[in-house]
Amino acid sequence: MTRGWFRNGMLMVGLAFLYVPILSMIVFSFNNSRLVTVWDAPNSPTLRWYVRLLENDQLLGAAWISVKIAAMTASGAVVLGTLAGLVLARFGPFRGRAFVAAMTTAPLVMPEIITGIAMLLLFVALEQWIGWPAGRGMLTITLAHITFAMAYVTVIVQSRLAGFDDSLEEAALDLGAKPVTVFFRITLPLIMPALISGWLLAFTLSWDDVVIAQFVSGPGSSTLPMEIFSRVRRGVSPDINALATIMVAIVAIGVVLSTLYMRREERQRAREEQMARQ
Amino acid sequence: MILKSTKFGKRLVTAVPAFWLLLFFAVPFLIVFKISFSWMQPVQPGYAPLFEWIEETGRLVASLNFANYVTVLQDPLYLGTFLYSVKVAAISTVLCLLVGFPMAYAIARSRPSTRNLLLMLIILPFWTSFLLRVYAWIGLLKTNGVINNTLLALGVIDQPLTLLYTDFAVYVGIVYSYLPFMILPLYANLEKHDLTLLEAASDLGASPTTAFFRITLPLSMPGVVAGCLLVFIPAVGEFVIPSLLGRTDQLMIGTVLSAQFFGARNWPVASAVAIVLLLLLLLPILLFQRYQQRELEAAKR
Repeated sequence: MTRGWFRNGMLMVGLAFLYVPILSMIVFSFNNSRLVTVWDAPNSPTLRWYVRLLENDQLLGAAWISVKIAAMTASGAVVLGTLAGLVLARFGPFRGRAFVAAMTTAPLVMPEIITGIAMLLLFVALEQWIGWPAGRGMLTITLAHITFAMAYVTVIVQSRLAGFDDSLEEAALDLGAKPVTVFFRITLPLIMPALISGWLLAFTLSWDDVVIAQFVSGPGSSTLPMEIFSRVRRGVSPDINALATIMVAIVAIGVVLSTLYMRREERQRAREEQMARQ
Repeated sequence: MILKSTKFGKRLVTAVPAFWLLLFFAVPFLIVFKISFSWMQPVQPGYAPLFEWIEETGRLVASLNFANYVTVLQDPLYLGTFLYSVKVAAISTVLCLLVGFPMAYAIARSRPSTRNLLLMLIILPFWTSFLLRVYAWIGLLKTNGVINNTLLALGVIDQPLTLLYTDFAVYVGIVYSYLPFMILPLYANLEKHDLTLLEAASDLGASPTTAFFRITLPLSMPGVVAGCLLVFIPAVGEFVIPSLLGRTDQLMIGTVLSAQFFGARNWPVASAVAIVLLLLLLLPILLFQRYQQRELEAAKR
């Protein structure tokens, strides 16, 4: 191919475009200067911004709130998303299917600001009508996050289920297993990789969200992205670079580990299927 | 189909997610719609009820307020903001396509062994904080930022360029943040192409360029449309990127919406803005849903 150099060149430029900003944050997190973008060569690299970050109780507290919300969101979204994915992939046509299908894909593209406003107005109205949820805080953020994260889980589970035919499930039913048993003994193990990636994705979406959280949070429930956003709006600060570096490191390690784990699982499953066929 | 034996169980399994989506996704939009027709009220909850039971007369009185929509549709501030948001989103989407298509193409035509690694490199930034990745561009684009310092040191320019707080910065921010959303559907499409078609074209004397424009590009249209919608729709309502990188004299609709909501505390007008924005995006959203359903149907076969 004569144009091979062109597309590979574009790929390299594109990857550089994706990674240079992240690398620059990492590099400057070790910079001694308060002026974020001027490298203070004699006194760098330094860990002073990391030390300062660890002394910042406000940011650490917000991070802990974010972790709790993200974990609850991921778990809730996986349960609801699995049910919705199962319904859409396996239950065949039924009345209201179009509604469920539309409602699960809409949050994927809905601008967050609209979702945020809609959620806030719902919580305000609910509080007026039935007194629940009382005020806004971690609970309302979690409910809002579950709603938009479950859409992603649904799509992942649905396409994973679409990849298998239901002959195994049919066979188990014919042999007299209860539908619930079939789900837990056959369907669930088959879609486990989808559930794991769905959980991680939902966690990330929640951990990352600032727009929706800003609308539905209350006093004392500032999430980490909200704290970062209010700081960053006032300009760059070196300890945010340090925070970014820590987050990139955690994600990189997590993604590598989970990829290795999933690959091993896939291989093992393939082997077991092979053996079962023989 | 499975679970046919227990209709009740099937209904129950359907009802749980359906009820959740109804309560937390459909009802909220109805509430926004309702509030967009109500009068502003200085006390909690910030808007007057649409329907009121008047004790003395024993009548149900409805007080609809269309003034919010008149404000949104007639005030040049809102109109200009809407147009500007659509323009920024459209330009960013085209730029994203121009950057993303060659990348997706290169990945789809690379050796299968490197393909997964390249895909992972595309997705990896998506897993790290969106907010912090946008923030990184402030450090790069500032007047005394990395780009200006580098260009000055190399002698390319002798005056720092104004890059931050411009339209250009917003385009860069949107392309940067949404690039994976463009590349992934494009890749999914390009990877499925039957390469023998290109061989046949070449055998029949077509140049690679002709073959690309006559075969590859038309075949990849579903991926192009999906990628563009995935970038365009959220970009119109984007809030974080323009508030960190964008102009201060021309706001995007997301910023105005947020200001109207938290600053002016005018919930009815903010709701009307949200409804107009939603109507504006309804067609693209429906288009995307159709694409998504078709993809999932195709995966079944």
